[in-house]
Amino acid sequence: MSTATYAGTPVEVDDEGFMTDPDQWNEQIAEQIAAENEIDQLTERHWMVINYMRESYLEDGSAPSIRTLGKASGVPIKELYQLFPKGPAKRAAKIAGIPKPRGCI
Amino acid sequence: MSKKIVIIGAGTGGTLTANRLRRMYDRDAAEIVVIDSDDDHLYQPGLLFVPFDLAQPKDIVRSRSEQLNDGIEFRLAEVDRVEFEDNTVYLADGSSIGYDVLVVASGVSLLTDETEGLTGPGWGEKAFDFYTLDGAVALRDALSKFDSGRLVVNTIDMPIKCPVAPLEFCFLADWYFQERGIRSEVEITYVTPLDAAFTKPVAAEHLAGMFEEKEISLEAEFATGRVDAEAGRLISWDEREIPFDLLAAIPLHGGSEFVARSPGLGDDLGFVPTDPNTLQSEAAPNVFAIGDATNLPTSKAGSATHFEGDTLTDNIGRFLDGEKLEGSYDGHVNCFIETGFHKALLIDFNYEVEPLPGRYPSKAGPLPLLRESRLNHLAKLAFQPFYWHALLPGRDMPGVGAQMSMAGKQPVTSEKGDNG
Repeated sequence: MSTATYAGTPVEVDDEGFMTDPDQWNEQIAEQIAAENEIDQLTERHWMVINYMRESYLEDGSAPSIRTLGKASGVPIKELYQLFPKGPAKRAAKIAGIPKPRGCI
Repeated sequence: MSKKIVIIGAGTGGTLTANRLRRMYDRDAAEIVVIDSDDDHLYQPGLLFVPFDLAQPKDIVRSRSEQLNDGIEFRLAEVDRVEFEDNTVYLADGSSIGYDVLVVASGVSLLTDETEGLTGPGWGEKAFDFYTLDGAVALRDALSKFDSGRLVVNTIDMPIKCPVAPLEFCFLADWYFQERGIRSEVEITYVTPLDAAFTKPVAAEHLAGMFEEKEISLEAEFATGRVDAEAGRLISWDEREIPFDLLAAIPLHGGSEFVARSPGLGDDLGFVPTDPNTLQSEAAPNVFAIGDATNLPTSKAGSATHFEGDTLTDNIGRFLDGEKLEGSYDGHVNCFIETGFHKALLIDFNYEVEPLPGRYPSKAGPLPLLRESRLNHLAKLAFQPFYWHALLPGRDMPGVGAQMSMAGKQPVTSEKGDNG
């Protein structure tokens, strides 16, 4: 656990840079994390996914899977990969300021 | 006046709930009805062993109705839907059952058809599942004829029942092919949508190296979009490809079908949004849910279901007495993980505390946590009689509390849990 500074705000992050307290998050922080993860501009479509991820995590306590995102975020899975290349579930979670999707071990 | 409690599902959760409630209430105080669409109660942890010929199908299936105590009505029926306005369960045959309290214990359904190509040509020849008894038996027969090539084990997406089962399958496959003297002829690859085989920081640290030692390859962050079973290829949404000669797939999971037909009951995947501590559903105050059917952020596992049982039946009692519910379920799960060669790991965790090293159930306990041991393996095997004779009847197990205990664990500062 360490502290990182995003958009001038110090926040708690884990070893991989995922925020550990979703309440410390704001939109400027999201933009900076995105820029550091090869996403130059957050579009309206990106925000649909990010906002859905936060709502889902705050409601259920777990990060949504790719399939849940594809079914419920309003953005189809193919497009998720265009918006958040490589691993949308993980990368969007990082930008949304929630822990990464994990198994039980 | 007598109350009517209806339970949908006679698996682990429905059975132990019915039996506990029957002990709580005299027959004239509550009528208890359990509904299921068949009479086969499957000991699900046994499915892992069937493909390796370590368990026989007849040894892991018993009658559902015979696990229910006297004074519980078992209805063999398909549920069409639940309507909360009139507190009624509508059955597919057109009849209906009213309730004062409803418990959704209907587990998950496997959405095998939802992955493009998985059940197309090659399904049942090169591609199998082991989460159904038929699938596990068919895979056993295919494995017995498999002499060389690429075995791929693929978790298509989370959440799944028993999230460690795919790992256990890999470890047992490594053992199985060594026993047959052909391990060097077989490549074993584990394919997961997560970013590692072990994703919890402490477990990852303690178990690092297990895959290398057992020479199991890992393909992480692979979200399977479609399967060409005939040609033997997994294709991800971002067009990566993984070839296989034999596939053990863990299909997508969703809630029971009637959940989707019941307005307001389930989420997009058909799981029931449930208070993680009280087990009351969000759908209606007199509707509760237990086990795999819920959306709780803990593992879908019999162990979680077992520990939920205490909280659930206590809260049903409080609800019927007009009292405030208590949020006593903490996300506790305890499970043995087969690692092959007559050894197993043990993990014990809850919503807040990830699997930690130490001893179980206390500092002087016989079972090591997060470490392979022979005793853990024996305990896993010994569990089946407990399941039928103590867990399903709803009896407490000596030394095993419903709430997780830190006794014996080596504490590590941990981030807030996010258990799959």
